[in-house]
Amino acid sequence: MNPIVTALLVSLSSAPVLAASIAMDDQSQLPGKTPEDNAFHPPRESELPDNAFGRLVREGHAIFVDTRNKAPAFVGNGMNCTNCHIEQGRKAGSAPLWAAYPMYPAYRQKNDKVNSYAERLQGCFQFSMNSPKIPPADGPVIGALTAYSYWLATGAPVGKALPGRAYPDVPAPKEGYDLARGEQVYVEQCAVCHGPDGQGQKVGNDYVFPPLWGAQSFNWGAGMHRINTAAAFIKESMPLGKGRSLSDADAWNVAAFMNSHERPQDPRLIDGSIEKTRDKYHANDGVNLYGQTVNGVLLGQGIR
Amino acid sequence: MKGTPRALAGFCVLLVSIQAQAGDEGKPVYSNGGANPAAMACGTCHGADALGLPAAGFPRLAGLPAAYTGKQLQDFRSGSRANPVMQPIAAALSDAEIQQVSAMLADLPAPKTALVGRADDAASVGAELALRGAWARNVPECVACHGPGGVGVGTAFPPLAGQSAAYLAAQLDAWRQGTRKNDPNDLMGHVARALDDNEVKAVAEYFAGLGSQEVTP
Repeated sequence: MNPIVTALLVSLSSAPVLAASIAMDDQSQLPGKTPEDNAFHPPRESELPDNAFGRLVREGHAIFVDTRNKAPAFVGNGMNCTNCHIEQGRKAGSAPLWAAYPMYPAYRQKNDKVNSYAERLQGCFQFSMNSPKIPPADGPVIGALTAYSYWLATGAPVGKALPGRAYPDVPAPKEGYDLARGEQVYVEQCAVCHGPDGQGQKVGNDYVFPPLWGAQSFNWGAGMHRINTAAAFIKESMPLGKGRSLSDADAWNVAAFMNSHERPQDPRLIDGSIEKTRDKYHANDGVNLYGQTVNGVLLGQGIR
Repeated sequence: MKGTPRALAGFCVLLVSIQAQAGDEGKPVYSNGGANPAAMACGTCHGADALGLPAAGFPRLAGLPAAYTGKQLQDFRSGSRANPVMQPIAAALSDAEIQQVSAMLADLPAPKTALVGRADDAASVGAELALRGAWARNVPECVACHGPGGVGVGTAFPPLAGQSAAYLAAQLDAWRQGTRKNDPNDLMGHVARALDDNEVKAVAEYFAGLGSQEVTP
């Protein structure tokens, strides 16, 4: 184990914690910049043609915003695509589909190969949706989501990283993040929607506010399990409609608080070993707490 | 451990009876008013069935969560929700009466609503705000917080469904003017202030119209 990781492990046993430097050089974790006013504008819904293509795009839109009901076989938790991709996948700075689609095929360290856009979507299902069964690349769900993404990217240049892509990076607090302060932010700003225990809120069987940890949330393999990624998402888009209202430090603090809770196991688990899985998939994946001990509890055990 | 189930059962019976009692005690407050004569009978304006008086903009109270109704009455008192009719009534109600009448109203049936969501078509200005939002101004889809069909979520996000256009528009205007500022963290205030007059009218009419539709399974 390298000294930085060892130092990180030691420091993680108590809060506040020093954030490690983030190494990123591929498509697994995207460098994001603050969206600018000249961001790309996807087409309007009213411009959709009333033909087979238009219908497929609408189907993709419906799956994207109501994934649990429209693609139930492939969703293993309480999440919908639009929970992390605000404004139905349109909002700049919230990993918009129009900025993602033209960047594939692309290499991803996450699975160490060049991924097609269909494979990238499958990754979302496997990790963020904790899918019990990944939708086939040539099946109707991936087909419709691809059509929706393609249409949103109408007129976007291929292979050029557009402003507003991914989530804009937020610098880590110099003094490290503070879990206790994160909990305070959570109680004051987040609990009204996501509930006092992070389990979201439902109407009937539909989650209106998604669960942030626990059995119904994204799993330990999802990009959002990285504190730096969650901080970037939160800073830009949370509380919903009040993006950029939290300080950079509080975005990190509350992201760390969220991601210091147990969630479903990383489906890439190696030989049932948290340590092996951490070394292979988490040790160099941004700032995350998989396989770390926080307040005396080992994280990464998974929860069903 | 042996006595625990019985004790638990006893506790549950007690809880149920307290709730039932609260509901029963709320009825006279609703129908006849509070002990203080200034606390006029709720039913006079909100209707015998508590479904409100749409033409006059008096909201339905039936089926609203007790915690929400109780908070609104407290907020009328404090002035964080300013209203010349409700302020003196809420001030004249005792804390116990507020609790009782709120519990009683929560038990009443709410009107049925079509559970429209973001996956549905949004052809009008009102539907567009409700189901797509106006994100260029940081306005989320109404259903993102108020739930499908605007049926309400938890105790902090009240139903829009089954309310009249007059009431909904009046509330949006109250937030825009700052006479209503009792929402958690200005979550509603900042949305209302981003809307123009036409949008307020359109989205109020949209949700008012949903209540009269058939419920989709």
